[in-house]
Amino acid sequence: MTSDTTGTTGTTGTHGAILADSAPDDGDRPLVELRSIGKSYGNIRALHGVDLAVHPGNVTCVLGDNGAGKSTLIKIISGLHQHTEGDFLVDGAPVRFGTPREALDRGIATVYQDLATVPLMPVWRNFFLGSEMTRGVWPLRRLDVARMKETADAELRNMGIVLDNLEQPIGTLSGGQRQSVAISRAVYFGARVLILDEPTAALGVKQSGVVLKYIAAARDRGLGVIFITHNPHHAYMVGDHFSVLRLGTLELSAPRSEIGLEELTNHMAGGAELAALKHELGQVSGVDVEELPEEEELQPGAS
Amino acid sequence: MAMAQTTAPATGDAPPAPPAPEKDGRTSERSLVLRLLARPEVGVLLGAAAVFVFFFATAPAVRQADSMATILYQSSTIGIMALPVALLMIGGEFDLSAGVAVVGSALAASMLSYQLTQNVWVGVVFALAVSLAIGAFNGFMVVRTGLPSFLVTLGTFLILQGVNLAVTKLITGNVATDNISDMDGFDQAKSVFASSFDLGGVEVKITVVWWLAFAALATWVLLRTKFGNWTFAVGGSKESARAVGVPVDFTKIALFMAVGFGAWFVGMHQLFSFNTVQSGEGVGQELIYIAAAVIGGCLLTGGYGSAVGPVFGAFMFGMVQQGIVYAGWNPDWFKAFLGVMLLGATLVNLWVRRTATRR
Repeated sequence: MTSDTTGTTGTTGTHGAILADSAPDDGDRPLVELRSIGKSYGNIRALHGVDLAVHPGNVTCVLGDNGAGKSTLIKIISGLHQHTEGDFLVDGAPVRFGTPREALDRGIATVYQDLATVPLMPVWRNFFLGSEMTRGVWPLRRLDVARMKETADAELRNMGIVLDNLEQPIGTLSGGQRQSVAISRAVYFGARVLILDEPTAALGVKQSGVVLKYIAAARDRGLGVIFITHNPHHAYMVGDHFSVLRLGTLELSAPRSEIGLEELTNHMAGGAELAALKHELGQVSGVDVEELPEEEELQPGAS
Repeated sequence: MAMAQTTAPATGDAPPAPPAPEKDGRTSERSLVLRLLARPEVGVLLGAAAVFVFFFATAPAVRQADSMATILYQSSTIGIMALPVALLMIGGEFDLSAGVAVVGSALAASMLSYQLTQNVWVGVVFALAVSLAIGAFNGFMVVRTGLPSFLVTLGTFLILQGVNLAVTKLITGNVATDNISDMDGFDQAKSVFASSFDLGGVEVKITVVWWLAFAALATWVLLRTKFGNWTFAVGGSKESARAVGVPVDFTKIALFMAVGFGAWFVGMHQLFSFNTVQSGEGVGQELIYIAAAVIGGCLLTGGYGSAVGPVFGAFMFGMVQQGIVYAGWNPDWFKAFLGVMLLGATLVNLWVRRTATRR
């Protein structure tokens, strides 16, 4: 994977170097670690006392309702915002990113829901956008189209994405496919930590499955994945560690071995709120309230 | 002869493709016709061929090689500017100051060399610097303020229009510049910017050659270089481009400067073919350039288009402009004809793109 990127431009070269650096890592040290991190916007405390560790080959799920502080958390890790409390460590050393580029150069790539592709450009051009492969010397330096197409095809196939035609505008792909291309692009360009911002939020059941598959594929390639979602079912399918945010603080942080889907769902919705909801639903005729928790646990996962 | 050859493909190859897209539900394989139609320049190629055939049939004078050379010359003066304007449009921006910038560049070259030096080349180089600076200013204002380029360049347009007139009057006491045809280097410069050569008995203007050369260069840059990739990206989705590390500001400023370069080149052509420049000219030309780019299949909102399309777009303009004269019609109809052409081409483009990109 690294050898493919040699001979390209500076950006790619840097990523290659990072990969080489990370080779002698002991597998257990977290790639990214947050220690009681917090963020205040003026007098508003959006995030407070959050701990999070991302290990290579692990999927860390961050769950939470709207406004729980998920976005703030990703923005800190991806370099868009800076934390105001606590420590942010990459490879054990404290960091403070000024721009997303700095985070990217340390191998932290963020795949935003829509902010990753140019719809009218072909798939292969999107794949290499910003880090194009070239050949020749300056006045005649040109894109190495054949090699880019080949590499993009190979990389996409590696992640299990098979496209008939890399020339088609990426806008004609389905949401899940587009997300997958963005993920495999991040993986190819040397990401060690992949932040996925609600990748399944706008997708149907089948397409969510496709994306979850690529998350698993990325994990199997040894990446640390931060999977942000508000769907506990999706989280539970691929997650190794679950952190639930609630009103800016960590409500739950548990490895997979210590928590079941039902408990996770419960935490996610907030037990008390769920009970209240159950009560409200009970007043609507035709909803079988008694069966509710089990039904909710089983149905979406099965269908 | 060669002129006949350049245009021959337009008629000779008159596409065997009947635009009858199948409405199938397959996502994998699209028919050849659809894939052809997905190219941004195909619609305008059909349009140019239609206009050519129309005038070829109705105006016998068009059939002579001489007339063809004139039509191509007419097209080239529009076409050289339409190219960078099209690239800029693909990059998601407009330049309304392009028309007066041409005249401004010619004025700068003419007046500086006449007033201060003996050699026209000094003026030529100075004008290049001025034109690039205007482009850089436009670009810088757009990327820094985030204002729509429509607004920024409308401002530059008005400023330049006023400056052209006022400075010329201030320096020469007249609305036109002095004749520079007896200065050093004039013949040399004329041979570069405004000469003509004999091709099989037909006198062809050098701008036609430059036009096609620039078109080839622009196509190569657009499709085969990083910069071309970035141009599509900043026009298609600025935020995405920035997120993956494309230097958005650099790309946009460079595109505005390319328009400056085009304005300089056409300005030099005007200066060295007429020896003197009228300071009030150029107003309205910017819309012609933009129209040629749009007819050429460039998407007004950016992110889509080609460099070949505007070549045919400019050819359509030149063809209509001269064709009306050759056909013996009242040339007052020219603008009306253009308007119809513009609307027609835009509709065809819209239809083509929808058909071709539909899954």
